[in-house]
Amino acid sequence: MAPHFGLPEFGFLLRGLQWTVLLTLVAFVGGCTAGLAIALLRTCGHKGVEWITRIYIGIFQGTPLLLQLFVVYYGLALTGLKLDAFVAVAIGFTVNASAFLGEIWRGAIQAVPRGQTEAAMALGLHYSSRMRDIVMPQAIRISLPATIGYLVQLIKGTSLAAIVGFIELARAGQIVSNQTFQPLLVFGVVGAMYFILCWPLSWWGSRMEARLALASQR
Amino acid sequence: MGYTLDFSVVWHAMPALLWGCAGTVGLALAGMTLAMIIGVAGVAARDSRAAWLRALVIGFVEIVRNTPFLVQIFFLFFALPLVGLKLNPTVTAIIALGVNGGAYAIEIIRGGVQSIHKGQVEAGYALGLHKGQVFRFIVLKPALRAIYPSLTGQFIMLTLTSSICSAVSAYELTSVAQRIESDTFRSFEVYFSVTFLYLAISWLLMLGFAVISHRFFSYPTR
Repeated sequence: MAPHFGLPEFGFLLRGLQWTVLLTLVAFVGGCTAGLAIALLRTCGHKGVEWITRIYIGIFQGTPLLLQLFVVYYGLALTGLKLDAFVAVAIGFTVNASAFLGEIWRGAIQAVPRGQTEAAMALGLHYSSRMRDIVMPQAIRISLPATIGYLVQLIKGTSLAAIVGFIELARAGQIVSNQTFQPLLVFGVVGAMYFILCWPLSWWGSRMEARLALASQR
Repeated sequence: MGYTLDFSVVWHAMPALLWGCAGTVGLALAGMTLAMIIGVAGVAARDSRAAWLRALVIGFVEIVRNTPFLVQIFFLFFALPLVGLKLNPTVTAIIALGVNGGAYAIEIIRGGVQSIHKGQVEAGYALGLHKGQVFRFIVLKPALRAIYPSLTGQFIMLTLTSSICSAVSAYELTSVAQRIESDTFRSFEVYFSVTFLYLAISWLLMLGFAVISHRFFSYPTR
């Protein structure tokens, strides 16, 4: 006799949701750090370095996230390191996030008017101060809607960890669905949980985009 | 631990993998077609006079854009048989890709239609064009041109997303790769190579889209 979808099953999904949130946070923080480095390298002015980072970004944008995850997951296994499944998938999502955030911030850095950089140079500011005090504060403002948009994509993307067997929300849903034979109810609840996580962020992002568009019209 | 990489298994499996590529492209093209149909119908419904229809489209777009494709395809996989549609996994995957892509297409196409200035349509009528001509030359073509970059970008995303359809074992590249992997246990070699096959597919698609754009949309606007 199969159990019905009840409180224990709901609790199991909630624990999956916790892992989804944790995975997203780790990948987002790691991706922000590495992505910042990628964006700075991509705009550093050195032709060779710019090309390499461009290819790096192109590979991640031109291949499926699922395959990137497979390659990192099985590639790490080959190195002989005994890594926890969480660590392995977190590394996979972090690398992906670094490429996408790197590209978003590359665009934002280049969208800051050139005169700002030129003025900073004329004032004798060196590279790190120019970036930290002049360019980045403006670039971050410009990039915020796209960054939030990517965060939503990342939350949804973490569901792919289910396919390599890590138990987050989507995998928890699969397990409960197999136990209870109530796939529609279970995946409906799982979908609703993702929606509650993503929708406020999407709304915030598009509101900010509208505000920025309005500000640039003036 | 002495693991030696052996890519010969990939070489031996190349014919099967290339067929998988064809499967992926076919799946993606069918998904894009369905997405365009849903997109155009959705834009029409989004601006209809019936409030419930507008709400339905807005709700559909928000739900699809804020939930993972994996959950959507699982839901459809179990929901379609309940409404009497017993379909094979590949057809289910096409529907899932079309529904998912359709929600994004609605937003993109809507932006394109809104970019057409009303005065242009009036100018078209003033020049004596009839209704069909105004729609074709003044609304449709410039709108398509305006949304072309975001629409084709979305189509490439859809192609990459189609790899997730392996979760319901639709016939495409990733599921072929999974079969080869379970036959040979060469997980890394197989997935590493297949990743580059996907890269080749997206490059070819980008090239194709650029050719189409050059053929139809390279006219001066001023």
